Amino acid sequence: MSNKVLMKGNEAIAEAAIKAGCRHYFGYPITPQTEIAAYMAKRMPKIGGTFLQAESEVSAINMVYGVAGAGYRVMTSSSSPGISLKQEGISYIAGADLPALIVNVQRGGPGLGGIQPSQSDYFQATKGGGHGDYRLIVVAPASVQEMADLTIKSFDLSDKYRVPAMLLADGTLGQMMEPVSLPDIEVKEVEKPWAVRGTKGERKHNIVNSLYLNPEKLEQTNFERYERYAEIEKNEVMYEEFMMEDAQYCVVSFGIASRISKNAVVEARKQGIKVGLIRPITLWPFPKAVLKKAAETVKGFISVELSMGQMIEDVKLAIDCSRPVVLCNRTGGMIPSPEQVLESIKNMAKEVK
Amino acid sequence: MTNEILIAGFGGQGVLFAGKCLAYEGLEENKQVSWLPSYGPEMRGGTASCGVIISDEPVGSPIVSKPTILIAMNLPSLDRYEKDTVSGGKIFVDSSLIAREVERKDVDAFYIPATRLANELGTPTLANMIILGKMIKETGLVTLESATEAMKHVVSAKRASLLEANIKALQTGYNY
Repeated sequence: MSNKVLMKGNEAIAEAAIKAGCRHYFGYPITPQTEIAAYMAKRMPKIGGTFLQAESEVSAINMVYGVAGAGYRVMTSSSSPGISLKQEGISYIAGADLPALIVNVQRGGPGLGGIQPSQSDYFQATKGGGHGDYRLIVVAPASVQEMADLTIKSFDLSDKYRVPAMLLADGTLGQMMEPVSLPDIEVKEVEKPWAVRGTKGERKHNIVNSLYLNPEKLEQTNFERYERYAEIEKNEVMYEEFMMEDAQYCVVSFGIASRISKNAVVEARKQGIKVGLIRPITLWPFPKAVLKKAAETVKGFISVELSMGQMIEDVKLAIDCSRPVVLCNRTGGMIPSPEQVLESIKNMAKEVK
Repeated sequence: MTNEILIAGFGGQGVLFAGKCLAYEGLEENKQVSWLPSYGPEMRGGTASCGVIISDEPVGSPIVSKPTILIAMNLPSLDRYEKDTVSGGKIFVDSSLIAREVERKDVDAFYIPATRLANELGTPTLANMIILGKMIKETGLVTLESATEAMKHVVSAKRASLLEANIKALQTGYNY
């Protein structure tokens, strides 16, 4: 037997965060991500960390803001309605240029919505759910192993660029169990000379703030931040290509939708349709270049999403609308079947020559 | 080769636990596995189900919508999932709780009074392991050795007596 253990996606996130050196977790329970909080509640006291169930999501994200300001690895997690509540705090954290990890195990919306899986927070995650000029690094795992690996990666990226990161999962990935290997990793200690941890009387004090009443100063700060965003767009794009070598049609999907799509792509290939799949792993930065390149040879794109069609806008932008892009979707907690995706592929193969 | 197993019953029958054991059994044989529970506001007395995929290939969609193997531990589960089972699939029925027979003619049906056998063993909560044992025997999905070994990963060492009882129930089903 391998050294792998079966873990729920939610548990894998929590354990990976601990391995990445996160010792501070603040949250508030909500289905379908409560296992993250439960895991942290059990583990953190044993390793000298902090687990705190705040009185609300608003409170939890502001606790994250505080610990991030002190320069320690910190995270919160929630599901869609709870993430909406955190948006003000996320904007402040972005405005104060602090690293932190926010996990969203999505459920159907809008409003209280339902508790079944969804990807309908794509806009909120990638286009700024809070106010102001800012971005989050957004990663979208598609397996329990990636739930763990991308949690660690998110902490590293967030520290490197001083940009908060969001891990965007869904109820399926949170609840499902798969084999996962979680080796001990060496935590890269990042110098944080900006951190507010006391000066010991040896230096001028640091200030962590997001208030700039002088517009020139605020503009400069935003300019500087966008230079870092440009670096991220240049260096940190992640994606997976599947059966794309000779593909004439391309399915684009992330997270759980990409796994359903893979089944459909394999089946379509058996039926003689040359189709492949591009799976964005980072949703921001979005893998624009690979899609643009694919558009040179691919005749049409299918965006498979658990939403009314959100990522499809980025697909169209990435290829400058140079090819037809259609949507294949379910929403509200419903999940498309591989057959539905296959049908969509067959239709495109028939209609787009 | 990909097997998609759906285990369904009342909450409290150990449906999710049986699925977890099965997933570990697949892992024990170095197969690719996934386990996905139905999650919702249900609790004891409500319905519960989980889908387990055991495959030689990486698992794509973890959602079991057309099971190749169905384990039905109560009547509502058989009513609901019998029609979804693939042609040529296998359906396992706890005949102590389900009075009717499988209506489909294009599947193999197996009946085992799992709940009664569990009561006779003095472990009324282990009908899940009994029916799992029967399924392993009839499908050859994993070996009894792997299943027994896997159990050690699922039942914590602190509860050695439970481990023994689970293995015994598994064997009872296997040998029925």
